[in-house]
Amino acid sequence: MATQILLKNIDVPGLAEIQVYRKLGGYTAVEKALKTLSPDEVTDEVKKSGLKGRGGAGFPTGMKWSFIDKQSQKAKYLVCNYDESEPGTFKDRHIGQLNPHQLIEGMILGSYALGANTAYIYIRGELFYVLRIIEKAIAEAYKNGFLGENILGSGYSLDLYCHPGAGAYICGEETALLESLEGKRGNPRIKPPFPAIVGLYGSPTVVNNVETIATLPWIVNNGGEAYSAIGIGNSKGTKLISACGHINKPGIYEIELGLPVEEFIYSDEYCGGIRNGNKLKAVVAGGSSVPILPANLILKTAAGEPRLMSYESLSEGGFQTGTMLGSGGFIVMDHTACIVKNLLTFARFYRHESCGQCSPCREGTSWMEKILMRIEGGQGTMKDIDLLVDIAKHVEGNTICPLGDAAAWPVASAIRHFREEFEEHVKLQKCPF
Amino acid sequence: MQEKNNIPEFNRETLDLVNQIIKRYPQGRQKSALLPVLHIAQSENSGWLSPEMMDYVATLLDILPIEVYEVASFYSMFNLKPVGNCVIEVCHTGPCWLNGAEKIIAHFETRLGIKPGETTADGKFTLKTVECLAACGNAPVIQVGTEYHENLTPEKADNLLEQWKRENKISHTNPYL
Repeated sequence: MATQILLKNIDVPGLAEIQVYRKLGGYTAVEKALKTLSPDEVTDEVKKSGLKGRGGAGFPTGMKWSFIDKQSQKAKYLVCNYDESEPGTFKDRHIGQLNPHQLIEGMILGSYALGANTAYIYIRGELFYVLRIIEKAIAEAYKNGFLGENILGSGYSLDLYCHPGAGAYICGEETALLESLEGKRGNPRIKPPFPAIVGLYGSPTVVNNVETIATLPWIVNNGGEAYSAIGIGNSKGTKLISACGHINKPGIYEIELGLPVEEFIYSDEYCGGIRNGNKLKAVVAGGSSVPILPANLILKTAAGEPRLMSYESLSEGGFQTGTMLGSGGFIVMDHTACIVKNLLTFARFYRHESCGQCSPCREGTSWMEKILMRIEGGQGTMKDIDLLVDIAKHVEGNTICPLGDAAAWPVASAIRHFREEFEEHVKLQKCPF
Repeated sequence: MQEKNNIPEFNRETLDLVNQIIKRYPQGRQKSALLPVLHIAQSENSGWLSPEMMDYVATLLDILPIEVYEVASFYSMFNLKPVGNCVIEVCHTGPCWLNGAEKIIAHFETRLGIKPGETTADGKFTLKTVECLAACGNAPVIQVGTEYHENLTPEKADNLLEQWKRENKISHTNPYL
């Protein structure tokens, strides 16, 4: 059994209640940090751990924290990005719903390290039922002296609040999230300045994903070195993978980074193989925006090495033959799945979620959806396929935020690896599935 | 909610909740409370945000009405037109599609006699398609108010419809309560 940091006690009844969480060792990391470690020492442990942001971008967490302007006289903020909305990703929902105190404990540790006295959990509006669970847990934490004035007599004070979104994928982009938290439309900001310098209300701010923050108690309790001993290469620690699609056992799995992809898909401990004994056709390994890979390239790299669940191995071969770990949203398709139709649902998603600020994204996502509707509907031409490639190329890298890239990569990769299937739609003048 | 001369007004209990939310943000940053307050306002206004209700929210937060309109029109959870008592939102993004979302949508269409975006003549149900609800492991998924219903099948959908009809389901309840 792989090390479990996030899911270890997830099945314990009543884990969302503070007494149960504490009985299992909960809040000992807060006691340790506030009584024996300085904020910089907490940051150092996180740096040593090699933990990378688990929301999708994979930026080293300790380094992100070190950019914060500590000399600034302004208030500092820690904001938890709980706007989980990348298709295929459903890991964070689980943490807040079943183990909210681990997230709260992580928020206290992160806020202490950053010198923040106010912190927010920005949670997508659709998850109001999870917000209510977290708010109940926050009230318990206040009552038990882990939040509020002078926590555990340390002199450190922290207020923590939940803030609901209202249905906008773009608010998962950290500057759009901050705009939204300020009560505005979720339009991403031009960077620099980065949030660590000019964030919430113009103050130094760090935005971290739920899974990243929920990992902090373990790192503080066990030390950064112990965390970095788990995993492979620069992919340290464990990662939640949310697996869905045509597999026998869809669900959330905590893996040690470095697990072979083949074992993840076929072992009974994880996905349990493809449904109905069907043939594996393709995988989108890290949420809808990462490049899709055909069965042969997800199981083995182009060089014939077994592909591993790690940042490095999944991106081996670049976008020509590789992909990304992303958010850990692992979407599996068997031989009955139409690549064009699946892509069309993604294209519709990105068109719907584009904030409309940048022309290449606003127009490009709409064009890509229309052309894909044409091809899937049997009215496409061979030229349409090249047109899609061309549009994707012109959207990528030409927008304020990464939504443009996220919309372009699935299109470019689907045509790169499954061009015959697009051509078949055109030749038959209908969907062959 | 009470109405005087068509101007909406929250009752004391709701106003207390709103004021408690406003206090979560630094002084002078009460605009931050806009999304939470709009959620509450929508639940108090039969599931949609009328211009009058948005104007009222602007006065509560001491901001301009346009600041409310531009935000309300950006976020997909806010309805700017009237909806039925029970809004059924069916996810149809990739993972749900792979697991039969289209079948679920077609089933609701047949049972309710409406297309996505429409409301039944008796005003009881609105059908909507929505993008990823982040519950892909239990696809197909639908949302009704703050409830998720997962691993949906046509049979499960029928049972839910029966239940909602029986209890005159209202999906726009105050999400904080």
